[in-house]
Amino acid sequence: MWVAGVDVGSTQTKAVVMDGNRRIMGRALIDTGARLTEAANAAFRLALEDSGITEQDVASVIGTGYGRFRVEFGHAQVTEISCHARGAVYLFPGTRSVLDIGGQDTKAIKVSDSGQVLDFCMNDKCSAGTGRFLGAASQALEMPLGELGPLALTAKNAVTMTTTCTVFAESEILGWLARGRKVEDVLMGVHVAIALRSVSLLRRVGVEPEITFTGGVTRNVAMVKLLEEITGHAVNVSEESHYCGAIGAGLYALDRALVGAEAGAGVGER
Amino acid sequence: MTNEGPERIGATRKESRRLLDLWWQEMTTADETGRPAAYTFVMGSLNEILRVFDFTVNFPEITALQTAIRGQSLGFLQAAEDYGYSPDICGYVKVDVGLQLKGRDHPHGKVPRPSLVVATNMCNTYIKWAEFWEHLYQCPVFVLDLPAWRGTGAEASLDSQTFQNDLRYVEAQLRELIALCERVAGKPFDVDRLREAMAEVNRMAECYHDVLALNRRRPAPFNAVREGVVYQGISNLFRGSPEGTRFFEVAREELRERIRLGIGTVPDEKFRLLLSGTACYPYFRRFVELFEEWGGVFVHSTYTVFAGGGFLPGFAYDLTRPIESLAEQLLYSAWLGFSTPMFSPQEWLAQTVREWSVDGICFHGVKSCRTTSAGLPDVREWLRTRYDIPGLFIQSDLVDPRLWAEAQIKNRVDAFFEALASRRAVAGR
Repeated sequence: MWVAGVDVGSTQTKAVVMDGNRRIMGRALIDTGARLTEAANAAFRLALEDSGITEQDVASVIGTGYGRFRVEFGHAQVTEISCHARGAVYLFPGTRSVLDIGGQDTKAIKVSDSGQVLDFCMNDKCSAGTGRFLGAASQALEMPLGELGPLALTAKNAVTMTTTCTVFAESEILGWLARGRKVEDVLMGVHVAIALRSVSLLRRVGVEPEITFTGGVTRNVAMVKLLEEITGHAVNVSEESHYCGAIGAGLYALDRALVGAEAGAGVGER
Repeated sequence: MTNEGPERIGATRKESRRLLDLWWQEMTTADETGRPAAYTFVMGSLNEILRVFDFTVNFPEITALQTAIRGQSLGFLQAAEDYGYSPDICGYVKVDVGLQLKGRDHPHGKVPRPSLVVATNMCNTYIKWAEFWEHLYQCPVFVLDLPAWRGTGAEASLDSQTFQNDLRYVEAQLRELIALCERVAGKPFDVDRLREAMAEVNRMAECYHDVLALNRRRPAPFNAVREGVVYQGISNLFRGSPEGTRFFEVAREELRERIRLGIGTVPDEKFRLLLSGTACYPYFRRFVELFEEWGGVFVHSTYTVFAGGGFLPGFAYDLTRPIESLAEQLLYSAWLGFSTPMFSPQEWLAQTVREWSVDGICFHGVKSCRTTSAGLPDVREWLRTRYDIPGLFIQSDLVDPRLWAEAQIKNRVDAFFEALASRRAVAGR
């Protein structure tokens, strides 16, 4: 048996294909762009290719993320809050707290040992302190996203960002540079601002180890280090963390395939 | 109500429309004829006294809310912001300011100029709002100071010495207000008319509490947000009038009929909810739908209590001493309002969850009202840790459509229901 999870996020779309033994057999990651349905289709097709199967082999597909209702070939939708919780416990079974820093929102989730969402908290209607904030820094500094973290770690005297507003971030970054501060110090200031805001969300649901960090920002080494320093706990990250929402969706798809559509995906499928 | 059986279904809606039309006709006529009009508020309303002097009574919170439900609040908000009001000031205030600046032309009719403004300290913004009208119209403003900010656990017993001291202070203020009304309206105070209005309030309050209690039934016969806002409107606008009492008699009969026929508000009631705060009125229908899509029904709401017109459970006016009794009601509801359910509602919410068989609470933070929104996360946390009551926290606004983000709100609502369903599945194993 084969199932799939497709996570259409605000910035990137992720898809995974799993077998009946909950093993990840294929994955894909593409930019979402403006056409959500096409992005969902493309990511799904790439994940199928990666796993070497065809669409007809797939028994169930669950869509998640902001564009979950645009996964038109999906059998049901589950929010990324439930999916990240489920995916995090799959990747790290000892997980009790999940922090997902996404493109436009940050989620803190308290989970049970089975991946059930016990409580969650998200950022306000504003992308302050989310992955988009790093995107703004990358633009202002004309530096690829992947280079931000390693450079920030070389900082000796980080600046204090007075705003985590994405719109004002760029002007504040340029302001610090104009005052002669080093790029790495400014970058570390940006990272600290996001980390503090994210941990604040985590504290609202209660910081309970193990903490699993999910989403695209997990690839940023400076952010992982800061989260560990601020929470005082080790933070779980894996190569699959970026796919965590799609993995959770895949697990719900597997539940659905095993117990039948009538029983739902175990999270109140309507 | 003479309708029998299924004919009662829909009677409440019909009657509410008739009464709201009637109120707007009276408002428009008052503007055209120059008949004295008074402005007052839903918390600490003094409609009983104003009614005695035949004032047309405008409730600006209700007129602001109506512009939002009609999808027309934004133009008024922008007019107030053009005038200099900042985006984070109370949306109700700004809609009204915009309405006044644009000639008082409301989508439902014409708002009359105020001859008198009666405010209380039940909301700190009321006083600044009243000052705006005072400056604009040079009308007298009376602020009733209700000494109720004593904090959680304050002794709100009618027999306590503190309450009795405060009561004399409030009663003296009511006598000052009556003298002011006599001057503005140009007619003497008639205590028998006050007694009549208070007797109607007693009858209306009894019906109102019956109506709220009927929602303990499963399926709930009404949605405490969608229908609740209508009940709140009528309870304030027609407080102390026979029409108001009759409305709640009609509602009670219809709801009893719905219960008899097993008619709920959604085809399959799966989750029973409590709303702490208000809805987002520019997206009122959608706000309720987001929950109904999951079979979720609001069976109660804090707003039906703290903005429901000051009806106190178990309290009835003593008509042999009307002014003192009115002071008692105002002071007692202010004491309760500040300790439950508006500002420290933990235990009240927990009790309501038990009595109305509630599965979860939705806390709606209002961006332009920090007064009511400030404590919501604390309350949510208290209920979660102490009583294991699930809570959802969302934010938008009362009347400002710019603060509504459907994708984000829907995401949170959907995740909340997924968690509720998962919790139920785990409990059922």
